[in-house]
Amino acid sequence: MAAGFKTAEPLEYHRSFLKENCRPDGRELGEFRATTLNIGSILTAEGSALVKIGNTTVICGIKTELASPTVDGPTKGYVVPNVELPSLCSSRFRSGPPGEQAQAASQFIADVIESSEVIQTEDLCVEKGKLCWVLYCDIVCLDYDGNLLDACIIALLAALKNTQLPEVMINSETEQPVVDLEKKRPLKVHRHPVGSSFAVFDKTILIVDPTAEEESLSTGLMTVVMDEEGRMCCLHKPGGTALSGEKLQDCVSRAVARHTEVRKLIDKVLESMKMDT
Amino acid sequence: MAEEASHTFLRQFGCEQSLLSKPDGSASYFQGDTNVLSGVYGPAEVKVSKEIYDRATLEVLIQPKVGLPSVRERAREQCVRETCEAVLLSTLHPRSSLTLILQVIHDDGSLLSCCLNAACMALMDAGLPMSCLFCGITCSISVDGQIITDPTAEQEKESRALMTFAIDSAQKGVLMATTKGSFSVTELQECIAVSQKASERIFQFYRDSVFRRYSKIL
Repeated sequence: MAAGFKTAEPLEYHRSFLKENCRPDGRELGEFRATTLNIGSILTAEGSALVKIGNTTVICGIKTELASPTVDGPTKGYVVPNVELPSLCSSRFRSGPPGEQAQAASQFIADVIESSEVIQTEDLCVEKGKLCWVLYCDIVCLDYDGNLLDACIIALLAALKNTQLPEVMINSETEQPVVDLEKKRPLKVHRHPVGSSFAVFDKTILIVDPTAEEESLSTGLMTVVMDEEGRMCCLHKPGGTALSGEKLQDCVSRAVARHTEVRKLIDKVLESMKMDT
Repeated sequence: MAEEASHTFLRQFGCEQSLLSKPDGSASYFQGDTNVLSGVYGPAEVKVSKEIYDRATLEVLIQPKVGLPSVRERAREQCVRETCEAVLLSTLHPRSSLTLILQVIHDDGSLLSCCLNAACMALMDAGLPMSCLFCGITCSISVDGQIITDPTAEQEKESRALMTFAIDSAQKGVLMATTKGSFSVTELQECIAVSQKASERIFQFYRDSVFRRYSKIL
């Protein structure tokens, strides 16, 4: 009976749960799904992390390359984020060139990196005007069950914290860079942005961490990115129902709490990695 | 054309509707030197792969002044599309397509808000049913913490944070928000309040222009 109700009237099905202040998967309205994190999953990458928020699985790998800086910013390196939504992760994505959602997500991650100054591009400079590092942050979604942006930000942050850059010297005679793979130093992560996503149901009910089904049934989505000082790095609401100032305030306080949760999780995983080695 | 007010400064803005013959609705909107031309086609036939059984499919295309649309345009398209979807009564035209094309003529800051305003004017011109109107407002916070509404490209570059909101005409609620740079929560609330205040002038302009256009017939 319940299964038939869910397929025939998905919106009514969700409403009947929301009326009782809970959700079909047993969560409360303001509860995130269990978040698990594995750091350093890809050994061939300079830094990597795998994040699971409920069923949503996202993996981030960071590859580095040497390049010459632009003329405008001779002391700056590059950070190039890219979000991929392959057809593997959900039936809603087709193979081929990246769709609108993947491109919008890539742009969002690029905006978060720029706004939060998680990496200062000056740190990536090897020699002024000659040589700098390029960080390719490739984020691939393996299983899409909603709340992609939160998962992407956690994966990116954890992978950046895991990134080791080898030492580079420039040979004064040949003017060729010499990379010393033995000596590695960790990348400096200046700030810790963490995102929290919300969905609006029936123009009034606010839920956090929506699943794919809840996302498609909701009337609006919003993502708030906070850093450790309680400053907002990004507020992304690509349309949907209008929100009042008070509702926004609720979201912000929930996002602050989420920041501490995620921060603790990342620190705990990094700590356990240190113990292993 | 609107005059400058003292409390919330907006550059001179204005609009011309129905200037193109082929689209079902068209508008050219300018704010200072920023200018966007928009056209709406539809409701028309929809490709089977894009058909939605209970409402119209809205497609938004933003064409930059030079070159091909890039990832940045895609992100803007998503913002404009979802804002329009929220106000359009698309359930009245199921299994049909609506196409909104925004051609950037000149960008001198606050481009996304100009796109939103041009989109709303074109949708009005096309006579598509909407639950309310919307407008776009861009605010920038300068290094010394001052809030500037409708910044120019130069002011945008010097700013510490940049926010664009879409405000609806019914409740003055925030339909769409996108930000750049970091800011505190109080600064955000202030910017929203300033934008809501500034939106009143744009809505008044919408009202006046519609009034002027149709009063000739009466």
